[in-house]
Amino acid sequence: MNTSSLSLRAFVPALAALAAANALAAPVTLTIESWRNDDLAIWRDQILPVFEKSHPNIKVQFRPMAPTEYNAALNSKLDAGTAGDLVTCRPFDASLELFKKGRLLPLDDLKGMANFTPVARTAWSTDDGKTTFCVPMASVIHGFIYNKDAFAKAGVTPPQTTDQFFAALDKLKAAGIVPLDMGTKDGWETASMGYQNIGPAYYKGEAGRLALVAGKQKLTDPDWVQPWRVLAKWKPYLAEGFESQTYPDSQNMFTLGRAAIYPSGSWEISGFEKQASFKMGAFPPPVAKAGDKCFISDHPDIALGVNAKSAHVAEAREFAEWVASPEFATLYANALPGFFSLNKAPVTMKNPLAQEFVSWRGKCESTIRPTYQILSRGTPNLENEFWVVGSAVIAGSLTPEAASQRLQKGLDAWYHPAK
Amino acid sequence: MRRPVRWHIGVFLAPALAIYTVVMVLPLLETLRLAFFRNVDGQAAYVGIANFARLLGEAVWSDAFWNALRNNTEFFLIHLLVMVPLAIALAALLSWPRLRGSAFYRTALFMPTMLSFVIVGFCWKLILSPLWGIAPTLLKAVHLGFLFHPWLGREESALFTLGLVSVWQWLGVPMLLSYAALIAIPGELLEAAEIDGIVGVSQFFRIRLPLLWPTVGVIAILTFVANFNSFDLIYTAQGALAGPNFSTDILGTLLYRTFFGAQLQLGDPHMGATIATMMLLIILAVVCTWLVLVQRRLVRHEF
Repeated sequence: MNTSSLSLRAFVPALAALAAANALAAPVTLTIESWRNDDLAIWRDQILPVFEKSHPNIKVQFRPMAPTEYNAALNSKLDAGTAGDLVTCRPFDASLELFKKGRLLPLDDLKGMANFTPVARTAWSTDDGKTTFCVPMASVIHGFIYNKDAFAKAGVTPPQTTDQFFAALDKLKAAGIVPLDMGTKDGWETASMGYQNIGPAYYKGEAGRLALVAGKQKLTDPDWVQPWRVLAKWKPYLAEGFESQTYPDSQNMFTLGRAAIYPSGSWEISGFEKQASFKMGAFPPPVAKAGDKCFISDHPDIALGVNAKSAHVAEAREFAEWVASPEFATLYANALPGFFSLNKAPVTMKNPLAQEFVSWRGKCESTIRPTYQILSRGTPNLENEFWVVGSAVIAGSLTPEAASQRLQKGLDAWYHPAK
Repeated sequence: MRRPVRWHIGVFLAPALAIYTVVMVLPLLETLRLAFFRNVDGQAAYVGIANFARLLGEAVWSDAFWNALRNNTEFFLIHLLVMVPLAIALAALLSWPRLRGSAFYRTALFMPTMLSFVIVGFCWKLILSPLWGIAPTLLKAVHLGFLFHPWLGREESALFTLGLVSVWQWLGVPMLLSYAALIAIPGELLEAAEIDGIVGVSQFFRIRLPLLWPTVGVIAILTFVANFNSFDLIYTAQGALAGPNFSTDILGTLLYRTFFGAQLQLGDPHMGATIATMMLLIILAVVCTWLVLVQRRLVRHEF
């Protein structure tokens, strides 16, 4: 008994010394937790080697998992202390919850944080906007992708106003092609690609969104009801049987050239470029009158945070600092067209469709999806309600007014901003 | 003389009992326990029946709950009124001695029951797809294209369609149960009926069907329990939101959505457990009532 504890006593410091020596000699290896398993090859071959070249003392491993498992798995890994040193952050409440529990470090003191506007940081900041806990990486922009060949055949040019939009739809329909490619089956398209796409033009982007969060506006106000009225007019331009059309159905229909306009977002670019054999273009959500200010949904999607329990906080912060740099922004935006850098520094992108999307930032005002911050913390969940109601409005089983009332009633059930 | 202690009974029961306790009894008790707590500032706090009061009292919850219960009842009625008569009719045909290839029909009709619900949901979604489905193509081929509608996408038809898909999937079980009961009827009984001049359809309704009632009773209650616990088909075909507009939301999907969350909705284990407890109570109440009022009164014949 005595001898064994003695030898242990001698053994442990020796081991520690060995580990310390090892750390000096070998570079530190950091691991990144992520849900982007589609991007594994891009991180491994294109992004990380660049960092490792300039930081020879740090090796980085990208360790993604299935998107649907990510939130739950990350939570339990962080609780158990087995998570990687770096963590890709989901926008808004999921990551905010982790920060509140002390799982993520505040990152305000990174020099690179100055490269991001407050809007770009919203998704990973506390409600008062004072602390940011993840480095914003990319956002996705909503808009309409169209089939250039079909437009040429029908003699249609990209519309700028709502009236032109519907005139174009009429022309396309007369030309015998499905004008609008969207289904109501899955729900989220009617919310994300429908309402949250065209809506900002009516409720004036951030101004309207913040007023809604502050309780100064309601979803039953005309500015918030109007997008539903416009969406209700989409029905005749959708494909036959759109009620059962799913998201992959819509993607396939568009890339097969059977539909002309795909209400969507920039995240489709790389997939569509591979599938479609025709030329594609994009136009931003139309405005009410020519000359009106345009608004786009420029939605933060992914960021990078530092695990508070990491054994290599200094190195992890060094990596986060690099992710905040313009160098990373250019690298990432070109490796993954359609995922746009949130960095202030202008990024040159080679993909023309991605360039078109990002050019709207210059002329339109950016906002985020109105249901993502704060307003989806209770039950019923506002975002999920938008899915359900959006499909019902487009399918015609719910009037725009009834839809707004139902949404506001659901919000009133738990959200009391005045108190 | 004292009887020896029959310790072997305990020893042989122990493994089964231990496994049953771990995988069934403990989770059930834990579910019941969860239903009486609520998460307050990160801590579980005992709240008595407040969760049940919320589920039945607050419009946000009670609307969803009653809607799910109504849909679930409808889902069950579709099975009771379509599947059970169909199963008995098929069993009667299969037990008809002059039917050729009855083994083939039996296997073919039972086949869907052995398929995974994922495959069933996926296949039917494809069959009924308005864009590339085989259903619209077939109907158009016989000039009946106008009959096709995107059934799964419409509020008025989605639940009924899924009910029929579920009937298609599970038909084999009640069919085989009825079939087994029908072929167990002794030949002398049927011969006696024939001597009395009761043959054909009339023989089925006056001799065979009355002998089948106890089996039908068992089928009905099994179907009820299965339907009120069902979740998988709706989830694979319509997703966690059980669309369109919650028209296919049943208790199982409501429980899932509440317990685990969906998209931006965070999971709430306590309200989820409350719904699960309500499901348990509903099933328990109906099964007990059924056993006391109906099943005991059905006359069983010993041959």
